[in-house]
Amino acid sequence: MTQLILEQAMNGLQFGLMLFLLAAGLTLVFGIMDMINLAHGSLYMVGAYLAAAAAAASGSFVVGALAAVAGTALVGALLEVAVLRRLYARDHLAQVLATFALILVANEAVRMLWGDQPMQLNAPEALAGPVEIGGFAYPAYRLLIIAVGAVVALALYVVVTKTRVGMWVRAGASNREMTEALGVNVKRLFTLVFAFGAGLCALAGAMLGPLLAVQVGMGESILILAFVVIVIGGIGSIRGALVGSLLVGVVDTLGRALLPWLLREFLPAEVASNLGPALAAILIYLLMAAILFWKPAGLFPARG
Amino acid sequence: MSGGLLDVAGVGRHFGGVHALSDVSLRVTEGEVHALIGPNGAGKTTLIHQISGAQTPDAGTIRFAGEDVTRLSMHTRVTRGIARSWQVTNVFARFSALDNVALAVQGRRRDWGGSFRFWVPADAERAIVDEAAAWLAEVGLAGREAAIAGSLAHGEQRQLELALALATKPRLLLLDEPMAGMGPEESERVVGLIEHLGRKVTLLLVEHDMDAVFRLADRVSVLVGGRLIFTGLPDEVRAHPEVKKAYLGEELV
Amino acid sequence: MAASEKSALYRQSARRRALAVVALLVLAALPPLLQALGQDFYVSFAARILIFALAATSLNFIVGFGGMVAFGHAAFFGAGAYAVAILAERGVVSAFVAWPAAAALAGLLSLAVGAVSLRTRGVYFIMITLAFAQMIYYLFVSLQAWGGDDGLPLMARSSFGPLDLGDDAAFYWVALACLAGALFLLDRVAHARFGRVLQAIRENESRMEALGYPVAAYKLACFVIGGTLAGLAGALIANHGLLASPNLLHWTQSGTLLVMVIVGGVGALYGGFAGALTLLLLEEILAGFTVHWHMALGLLLLVVVFRAPRGVAAWLHGLFSRRGAK
Ligand SMILES: Nc1ncnc2c1ncn2[C@@H]1O[C@H](COP(=O)(O)OP(=O)(O)OP(=O)(O)O)[C@@H](O)[C@H]1O
Ligand SMILES: [Mg+2]
Repeated sequence: MTQLILEQAMNGLQFGLMLFLLAAGLTLVFGIMDMINLAHGSLYMVGAYLAAAAAAASGSFVVGALAAVAGTALVGALLEVAVLRRLYARDHLAQVLATFALILVANEAVRMLWGDQPMQLNAPEALAGPVEIGGFAYPAYRLLIIAVGAVVALALYVVVTKTRVGMWVRAGASNREMTEALGVNVKRLFTLVFAFGAGLCALAGAMLGPLLAVQVGMGESILILAFVVIVIGGIGSIRGALVGSLLVGVVDTLGRALLPWLLREFLPAEVASNLGPALAAILIYLLMAAILFWKPAGLFPARG
Repeated sequence: MSGGLLDVAGVGRHFGGVHALSDVSLRVTEGEVHALIGPNGAGKTTLIHQISGAQTPDAGTIRFAGEDVTRLSMHTRVTRGIARSWQVTNVFARFSALDNVALAVQGRRRDWGGSFRFWVPADAERAIVDEAAAWLAEVGLAGREAAIAGSLAHGEQRQLELALALATKPRLLLLDEPMAGMGPEESERVVGLIEHLGRKVTLLLVEHDMDAVFRLADRVSVLVGGRLIFTGLPDEVRAHPEVKKAYLGEELV
Repeated sequence: MAASEKSALYRQSARRRALAVVALLVLAALPPLLQALGQDFYVSFAARILIFALAATSLNFIVGFGGMVAFGHAAFFGAGAYAVAILAERGVVSAFVAWPAAAALAGLLSLAVGAVSLRTRGVYFIMITLAFAQMIYYLFVSLQAWGGDDGLPLMARSSFGPLDLGDDAAFYWVALACLAGALFLLDRVAHARFGRVLQAIRENESRMEALGYPVAAYKLACFVIGGTLAGLAGALIANHGLLASPNLLHWTQSGTLLVMVIVGGVGALYGGFAGALTLLLLEEILAGFTVHWHMALGLLLLVVVFRAPRGVAAWLHGLFSRRGAK
C-alpha cells in the first residue's frame, strides 16, 4: 500500500513538474500583458509533433527534443510578432476569439502536415526499463522527466527571481508603464518571454510524448489544467505556478489512484466504482473553486 | 452607552507599510455639521472609505445609530442611512442626469420588489422620474435633466454627485471635498447648498477651504498623519497650538 | 423639446417592432420555402441555427448585458440536454414537463455556480466558471448510468400536445417560437428597472454599491436568467439530434458559444442570433469546399477580430451606412 502511494506520489510530482513547464510561460504572458492565450496548448502540441518528427528523422530522442524546443520557440516568436502583439490592448473577449481561432488553425495545420493518426514518440532505449529506488522499482524514463523538470524549474525560478531579466519580467508583470519608464524595451522583452514559454511548452510536449499520445487535440485538454494551475497560484506569479503545478499534479494523480479505493471502504462497491472516477476527475476543479472562494486572486497574488 | 449618530472607535487601516489611519476615534452627533480637516495624505478619504464601507478597517469599530456596522457591506450601510460623495467625481457618465438620479431613487424605494422588476419599462415609471427631477432641482440642476452626465461642466457634475447621495435620503451624509476643482462662483453656490442641507441632515464634511469650514461647521476634527489630534469648536481649532503647528501654521501666522 | 424626443423614441421603437415582426414572418415561412425548393435537409439545419442562436443569446445576456465574461456556458446548455434525455429514459416524454424541468435544472446549476463565482472578478471569474463547467462535464462523462463518453440517446423527440415534433418543420417552428419568446423577454427585461440597474452596474459598479444596490445579487439574477435560457436551448438541442452528448458540455462548446457572441456583437440584442447564423453557415459553406475548413474558419475569425471588432452585425451596419452616406 505505501509503495502504491509512494509510486503515485512520484507520478504526481512528475506530472506536476511538466505542468509547471506549461504554466510558467502562460502565467508570465497572462501576468505581464493581461492576455488570455488559449493557443498556449497548441504550442505544446506543436512541440510534441516536432519532437516526434525530428526523432523519427534522426533516430535520436535527444535530437528530437532539442529540435522541438528550438523550432517551437521560433514558432512562438513568429506568432507573437504576427498576431498576439496586436491583442494586448484589446479586451479579454477579443483575445478569447483570436486565440480560439489560432487553435483551429494550429490543429488543422498539424493535421495537414502529419495526418489524422497519432504519432509515435519512443523514449530512449537505455531508459526503457525500471530502476530500483528505496526498495521499489520505478520506470527510469519517468525518473528522467522528474530530473529534467526539477532542473528546469529550479533554473527558471532562479532566473525570474534573482536575475536582472527576471526582475524586468516581474516588474513588467506588476507595472508595465513603470518598467517602460526604466528604459526596458517591453515589446522585445515580451517577444523573448513568449518564445521562451513556447520552448518550455515544447520541452513538456517532447518529454510527455512517449507517455501520452501525440495527437491533434492534445493541447486542449492540458491547456485547461495549465490555466487551473496559474489561477490557483495567482496570475503572474512564478512561485504560484510552481506551487500550483505540484498541487494539481499530485492531487490529480493521487486522487485518481486512491479515491476509488478509499470510497470502497465507506460505500457499497457499486456506488463507489461509479462515483470514484467521477470524483477523481473533478477533484482539481473542486480544489481550484475552493481556493478561489477563500482567496479570490489565487494563493500568491502578483499585484496589490 | 449613549452615543452619537456615528461612533468611530480606535479605527486603524494600513496599506502595506503605510499606516493611513491609526487608532482614530470620532463621534458625530445627530444634526451637526462636522468638518474633517487635515493636510494632503492625512487619511481623510481613507476614513470616509471606512465609514461608508468602501473599505473595511484593520482595527476598531464603527457604530451607526447604535448598531455595529464595521463589517457591513457598503450597500447595506446605505440602506441604514449612510451616503457619501467622492473626492473625484463619480457618476454614471453615459447616463442622462435624470437617469443618474432615477437610479438613486429607484435604489431606495422598496415597493414592488424594488429593482427586481423585470417587465414594466423603467422610463414609464412616473413616480421615480418625478422624484429624480425634484432632487436635480434641489441641487440647482433644474433644466439639465436630459444632459448626459459625462458632458456636464465639472461644477455641474459635482452637483449631480450631491443629488445622487441626497436621493438615497441618508441620515448621515459624508462629503469628500465637494468643492474640489470648482471655481469661486460655483464654490459659493455649493457652500450655500451645503449650508441649506446641514439643517436637514447630519454632515461629515472633508474640506480644505478654511473659510468654508469655519462658515459651515459646528465642530471640527483635525487629522494629521493618520491620527486624530483634536476635535472641537471652530474657534478652539483656530486657537489650538498643536493644530496651528501641524496644519494651519502657514496660513494663519 | 422633451416631448418630441420622446415621440421620436416611440417612432423608433415602433419601427423596430415592425421590423421584428417582418423578420419573424420571413423566418416562419422558411420551411415551406425550403421544401418547395426540394432542400428539406436544410429545415433541420435551420432549426439547429435557431437553437444555437438561443444558446448564444442567453450567453450574450450574461456577457454583453451583465458584463460578466463567463466561460462555462456549455454546462447549462448540456445540463438541459441531459435533463431531457434522463427524463425521457424514465418515461417522461412530454415537452411541457421535460423542457421546463431542463430549464429549471440549468437555472439551479447557474444559481450555484454564479453564487460562488461572483466572488471573483475579471480573469478569475472566467477561470472559475470554466472550472465549474469542467466539473459538470466530468461528472456526466464519468457516470456510466448516463451513457459515459457516448452520451445518452433519445428514442424520439418530446411529445408536444397535438404537434408532432418528429416533423422537422414543426420542430423548427417550436424552436423559432422559443427564440422569439426569449428575445422578447430579454428586451423587456433590458428596459425594465432591472435592466437599467444592470446597465448602470456595467458602467460603474462601485457607485451602484454606494447607492445601496446589492450589486452581486443583480449580477447573480442576470447569470441565472442566462443559465435558465441555456437549459431550454439544451432541451431543444437534445431533441434535435436525439442525443445528449458530452460534447455539449465540453469547454470547447463554451468557447464556441462565446465566439458566436463576439462574432455577432457583444451586448446587441440580436448579437447571439447573428453570431450563430454566421458561424454555422460559414462552417457549412466552408466544409462544402474543403476538408480543411477548420483552417479557413480560423483565419476568417482572425479577420473578424481585427477588422470587425464590434461584431459582424455592427460591421455590416457600418459598411452600409458608409455606403449610404456617399
Ligand atoms: N489604496 C491605497 N493603497 C495604498 N496606499 C493608499 C491607498 N489609499 C490611500 N493610501 C495612502 O494612505 C494615505 C492617506 O491617503 P488619503 O487619500 O486618505 O489622504 P487624504 O487625507 O484624503 O488626502 P487628500 O487631501 O490629498 O485627499 C496616503 O499616504 C496614501 O498614499
Ligand atoms: Mg482625500
